[in-house]
Order: sequence, then C-alpha cells, then structure tokens
Amino acid sequence: MTAEAQERGIISAMDRRRPLVQYGLPVIQVLLFIGVVIAGVGPLLWLVKSGLSTSQDIIRGPMELWPSGIQWHNVPDAWTQVQIGSYLGNTAIIAIGSLLSTLFVCTTGAFVLSVLRPRWGPLITGAVLATLFLPGVISLVPLYLTILKMPVFGWNLQNTFWAVWLPQAAGAFNILVMKRYFDAIPRELIEAARIDGASNLRLFTALIVPMSKPIIGVVALLTVIGSWKDYLWPLLVLPDPKLQPISVALPRVAKTTDLSLQMSALFLAVLIPVVLFLIFQKQFLRGVGMSGGIKE
Amino acid sequence: MALLTRSATITTGETEKSRRSPANWLRSGGLSAIVFALPLVLTFLYFSWGPIVRGLVLSFQKNNLVTTPEWVGMANFSYVLTDPQLPQATINTLYFALLALVFGFPVPLFLAVFISELRKTGWLYNVISYLPAVVPPVVAILLWKYFYDPGSGVFNAILGWFGLGPYAWLNSPHLAMPAIVLEATWAGAGATSIIYLAALTGVRNELYEAAELDGAGIWRRVWHVTIPQIRGIILIMMLLQLIGTFQVFTEPFLFTGGGPDNATTTILLLIYRYAFINGDFGAATALSVLLALVLCLLSVVYHFLTRRWSTT
Repeated sequence: MTAEAQERGIISAMDRRRPLVQYGLPVIQVLLFIGVVIAGVGPLLWLVKSGLSTSQDIIRGPMELWPSGIQWHNVPDAWTQVQIGSYLGNTAIIAIGSLLSTLFVCTTGAFVLSVLRPRWGPLITGAVLATLFLPGVISLVPLYLTILKMPVFGWNLQNTFWAVWLPQAAGAFNILVMKRYFDAIPRELIEAARIDGASNLRLFTALIVPMSKPIIGVVALLTVIGSWKDYLWPLLVLPDPKLQPISVALPRVAKTTDLSLQMSALFLAVLIPVVLFLIFQKQFLRGVGMSGGIKE
Repeated sequence: MALLTRSATITTGETEKSRRSPANWLRSGGLSAIVFALPLVLTFLYFSWGPIVRGLVLSFQKNNLVTTPEWVGMANFSYVLTDPQLPQATINTLYFALLALVFGFPVPLFLAVFISELRKTGWLYNVISYLPAVVPPVVAILLWKYFYDPGSGVFNAILGWFGLGPYAWLNSPHLAMPAIVLEATWAGAGATSIIYLAALTGVRNELYEAAELDGAGIWRRVWHVTIPQIRGIILIMMLLQLIGTFQVFTEPFLFTGGGPDNATTTILLLIYRYAFINGDFGAATALSVLLALVLCLLSVVYHFLTRRWSTT
C-alpha cells in the first residue's frame, strides 16, 4: 500500500479534531487492545504458567502464580515421558510430505491445464472444478476404504504416511489457484522459450516454476497450516501410536498423563507454531490474506 | 515484440495444419502433456473422483468390510432417516451453525474495520489477534477443556471473583454448545479478520471523501461505504463458514464426545459413529450423501438469494 492510500480511511482529519472522536477513539483503541491481548495472549500465558506448576497448584488455584514455586523440570519431563519429540517429528514428516506431494501435483497439473492446453484439458479442469463444489464429507468414508485397499493395486496404506500425503494432494482449490496464476503469465514468454528450443520439461522447470514463486509460497504455507491442524483424517488412517502426529497423540495421552505434564506437553506443542509465526508474521498474514482474495 | 508474436502465430499455424498426424503429435509434446497430467489425474482418480463415485455406490449397499457388499436399495437411507438420533443431531448442527454465525460473524468484521483505521499500530493488533489461529486446534481444545472445568477451571475462577457461578459448562446440556462455539470463534476470528483486512485495502478512499462531503457521519460511512465495498468477500466467507459449521467434528468430538445427553451430537459425529464404531459403512455414506445434498442445495439457494444484493 502506498503512502497516499494510507493518508485517510473512514475517519478523516476533520473528524479527529472533534472532541468525541479525539478522546473517544484512543479509549476504544486501548479497550480493544486489552481485549485482543486477553484473548490472544492470555490463554498462552496461562498455558506457560500451568506448564511450570505442580498439578495441585493448577487445580487449587488456576489463577494463582506458582504458590509452590516454578517447576522447571516439567518441560524435560514432558519431553521424555510424553515423547513430545517423536510426535512433533511425525507432525513435521506429515507436513513436509503433504507439502511436497501437493506442490508436485498442483504445479504439474496446472502446467498442463494452463500452458500445454491439450484438447482434453477443459474436461479435466471441469472435473477438478466440480469437486470444489462438493462438500468434503461425501468422500470421508469411501476415502478411508480406499486407503484400506487401494483399487487395482490392492495395497493397504493404513499406518503409512502415504495415507496422509497423497489425499492431501487431490485438492481442487490449490490446482485452480495455481492454474489461474499460470494463466496470467504472458503467452509471449512461453512462445519465445519454445522458439529457443525449450522442451516442455525445461519450460516447466526454467520458466513457469521460477516465475510462480509467490503463489507456490502461498499454497505451501496453506498446505502446511492445513496438515498441522488436521485431526480426524490422521486419527483414522494412523492408528499406530508410533506414527501419530501430535494433534492425534495429545488427546490420547492426555487421558493417562498427570495434569502438570499434560500442560507442559500442550505448551511444547504450541511453542513451535507460535515461534514460527512470530518470526514469519509478515509472510504469514499476507499469505492468509491472499487466500481470501483467491476465494473471492 | 512484434517479431516475436508474428513468429508465434506462424508456429501455431503450422501445427494447425498437421495436427492429425501421430508423429507430429508426439513431436509437438503431446506425450509429455500426458506425462505431466498423470500425477493430477491419478491422485484425483484415487482420492477425489473415485471416492465420490464410490460414496454414491456405497450408500446403496450393505457393507461392513467383512461380508461381501450387497445391494440394499434405499434401505440405508430409510435406516438413517428413521434413526431417532437424527432429529437431535440435525437440531444440534443447526444450533451450532446459528451460534457460530451470531458469535463468529460480527467479531472479525468489526476487528478488521477497526484495525484498518489504525495506521501505525494496526499490525500489532493483527499479530496478536491471529495468535489463537496459530495454536493447533487440538491443543486449543484440550486447553479450553480445562478452562471450562467446573471444579477448578479458569472461567469459574474468574467469574467467582464477581460472585458468579460456578457453572457446569461442558457438563450442562444448555451451556455445552455455546461453550464449544465460543472456543471455535476464538480460534477462527483472527484468520477471518485477516481476510477481511486484505479486502479492506481495496476500498477506495475517494468514496469516504465523497461520503463525508455529503455529510455522512463515521457510522454511516462504515455502513454505506465500507460494508458494501467488501460485501462480495463477506458473502463468500459467510457461505464457507456455514458449510464448515455443518461439517463440524473435532470440537464436539474432543470437548464432549457428543454429550451431555447428546446435546452436542452433530451430524458428522453421527456419521463417525455409524462408520467407525458400528462398522456400518453403508449407513455412514448414506448420511454423508444426504448432508452433501443439503449443503449443495444450500449453496445454490444462497447464491440466488444473494445474487441481486451482490451485483447491484
């Protein structure tokens, strides 16, 4: 946004001189800030506090600060006893695998539909578009049965990471977003590369993909966020505790773990996404904002 | 550039003439187009198109994965539709959707409009209000489940300072659903507000100037300029939220498991029970198909209802 556009919004300079606005606005601003901090940071601070308390302290005084001292040992205890490390590792493997499979399928697919444009292209575009309008619930059970026994091959993908990686890639939204971005690449550039003797593969790797870094970044971000948050699907296809991501493992572990360790475990599970978000907040917020523009 | 486009038309002209010959088709990259399309076609066949078709087929079959599937006609549908739990689950799902709309719709919109007015500190509000969306949903639910604890939870402790409560929250049939929606709103508001905020940057400032010259106050400017300018995205977000809330699963599943007394059993919870507890995959897909039909119908009706409003 340019400096000029920032000059005024709904409230003008003249409004700001009116006493009601002049004094009212900062008051609303402060109140809203307090509200946002309580809602946004409050629960996380409480989690930090409880993660470092004894179970008795959490139960007796949920809003008291460490009546029996800070229990630093909770964090390493949670790490070793609840095996947070290995669950976080599984989560990362699932996220990265989903990311790679999604990017592979949607860049190559969009390349065919947008750049190569074979005669059967519109048919595929239509079939992909159609799935966008069907709610996901319709394929939940049959997708599960597909994972149990892949048609034609007869493989059972349950308890393998492929069961999470592959279905993630069949997302219509990503393909159509990518296709729309490729559509905006000037055809002259593509034709020029063709005349220079570039093969389709070279066209893809040397021109289209490098030119589409921004959209690839957005799709990558949304895929990682999505797979990090997913619960029901990994719960169904990864019953083996050794393979489960943290989101599936935590509710199961919570039933048998001491309250204080449970809170430390939750704290460790929150720590990584929050730190990543605070470091990359600009890219994050821009990517999420862009996803709204795409939906429109 | 002129030379470039001319040569481009020449090459396309040539392929037009000799398109039919298989050798030319190969040379012009017809085969590589198929190779490039394979990942998309295969993943969609296996994980999107296939399951959708299979779902339609399954809903007319009796299938428990043990015995061979047999055709049963409409038996699954009549079983599902006469299940005494269905009316309760439907009401609960509608109630969840309504509450989510009432709580969750105005908050992010208000937040976004307000943040867009703050020049220097807006980003700070943004980052803080997005924090809940970064917390993985399962972690957030487990944390809030403890907040709602009737004996030693945070909410009852805070309300106790003001002499209120204690409330049973998730153990009370009346409060359980609002409590779940409150958490869902907390988790979702930040992300929605970011999307509105991105749309708000596209609102032209001259319109505010013109409205002000016409004597419109701040609230009337918000109502008559800001909201109409972003109504396209508002309508889409509303529909997406409705479709999402009709398929809500994780929150009621982890918070209450459908209780107390089935007060939070949603349609998706029912589908889950049919398939993964009773092993009746036919009934589960039949209910899925019905829900999908309702959602498609809802989208179409919504589209026609709002079309006039969004184009004028």
